[in-house]
Amino acid sequence: MKEYKCHKISEGRAEGEVLFSEDDFCFYLVDPKTGVVIEKNHCLYGKSIAGKILVFPNGKGSSVVQADGMYQLKMTGMEPKAMIVKNPDTTLVASAIITETVLVDRAEDSFYEDTADGTVVAVDATKGIITVKY
Amino acid sequence: MILKQEEQAMLEGGFGEGVKLAMKVQVALGEAFDAPYMVPVTRTHVALSNQEADLWFAEKLANGGATCRVRPTVNPSFNFEQLSCITHIEKEDEETVKRTHDAYNRLGAIMTYNCTPYLEKNVPMFGEICSYSESSCTPYMNSVYGARTNREAAQSALCAAVTGVVPYYGYLLDENRKGEILVHVEADMENDFDYQMLGYFTPKKTGFKLPVFTGLKNPSKESLMNFGAQLNTGGNVAMYHIVGFTPEAPTVEAAFHNGDIKEEVTVTNDDLREMQSMLTDGYGKIDFALYGCPHFTIDQVTIVAEMVKGRKLAVPLFIMTSGLTLDLAKKMGYYNTIREAGGYIVSDTCMDQPCWKFLYGKKGITDSPKCAYYTKRRDMEFVIVPLEQSVEAALKGEITGYRK
Repeated sequence: MKEYKCHKISEGRAEGEVLFSEDDFCFYLVDPKTGVVIEKNHCLYGKSIAGKILVFPNGKGSSVVQADGMYQLKMTGMEPKAMIVKNPDTTLVASAIITETVLVDRAEDSFYEDTADGTVVAVDATKGIITVKY
Repeated sequence: MILKQEEQAMLEGGFGEGVKLAMKVQVALGEAFDAPYMVPVTRTHVALSNQEADLWFAEKLANGGATCRVRPTVNPSFNFEQLSCITHIEKEDEETVKRTHDAYNRLGAIMTYNCTPYLEKNVPMFGEICSYSESSCTPYMNSVYGARTNREAAQSALCAAVTGVVPYYGYLLDENRKGEILVHVEADMENDFDYQMLGYFTPKKTGFKLPVFTGLKNPSKESLMNFGAQLNTGGNVAMYHIVGFTPEAPTVEAAFHNGDIKEEVTVTNDDLREMQSMLTDGYGKIDFALYGCPHFTIDQVTIVAEMVKGRKLAVPLFIMTSGLTLDLAKKMGYYNTIREAGGYIVSDTCMDQPCWKFLYGKKGITDSPKCAYYTKRRDMEFVIVPLEQSVEAALKGEITGYRK
């Protein structure tokens, strides 16, 4: 089992399949009933983020909508299990903390090289370690 | 992060569950951005929204016994009394509005219901450390006043209000306030509307870099309000400099902190006209006019009142503004003038609230791209033109011109 360092933002531990987004992510543009991305022209359009370890470069959206989108997903149980972000912003961080969603950044470069959609990983934000399971 | 004794006590629950949660958010932000410690804030503004997460979080803090140490002003909700006279308000929307009001009131917020606190009720001094959420606020605070705030989330600003501190990172630090790209404005910049377009257009060329503008002469407060709102809607620009005008940019060198100018771009009249034609829907018949995203100032209300005086609007016209400006408009006769022409001035209300359902599926006219941005999700079309032109269109019921 290979391990990669990361940096804790929102505490906790979660395990699941990795889903990569090349595009920035706005949680308001996800259908809360299904977890499916409804933002046209987004690389994950039509795919579900529910239960995934979502990996994306930046958050996007106003000071209000990001938290609301994440909160609605949490209420329906369609939220991602954890999030791995390249460049955290204030809104994304605050939203993750209040909805108690696991969030890390600064994952080692080799993590991005060694994993792909479907790789099962465990994210331990509290310890700052991502472990590839299989 | 190094916390002071009282901050540590907050984090450990010594001041109750609500304060504990608020400090937990502040510490997490600090750790995410490698802040060494917390600094006190003297002003806060929270983008209250009535959305589910907003209500849930405000109630969670209030039920946990939190109150605000630095009382925030708050963003618009909707004016239930006024809007009930104009349209039918759903029972559940009324309920949400009342619950949100109650939660913020218990927290000790100042219920201004206005998105331009930097023009009234919450005006900072140069260098003041603040915590403001709301897209038109952050650029105005940082750039026009030289106050210091990050681009806060509604919830992080509320946590700053409760704890009285923010982590020391981002725009609070000198080194993050220096210019990164020089923008030569060659466009004529004749009115407030040109600033709307310049604001929306600039981030397409400058991305996440902090822009420094030359070629702008004494913009009005309305121009600057619109400019910031669009910079932060078209992109994520929370700060800019205008050489020879904003306080941290007496010269180009000062704006760049005496560093090299690595990138330069130019903006022309053609760029702004092209931006407008990309943003606006096609000209033709319109069903309504809507203004006040951000909230209209009394000077903007005056322009509308003088244009519609003694005339009849062909389509309904709505102006959103603060309670203070509504009072002024009444005292100064503008309210009656606009009512007699068939228009409305509503206070405390935002475009992004559920009270505008009666306009869904219709075509409106406005002077603000931000107004149209939020309504894209609600199946409303908007023609976007300068204020005077749009009022003229509301008097006729249609807008004619090249873009059909």
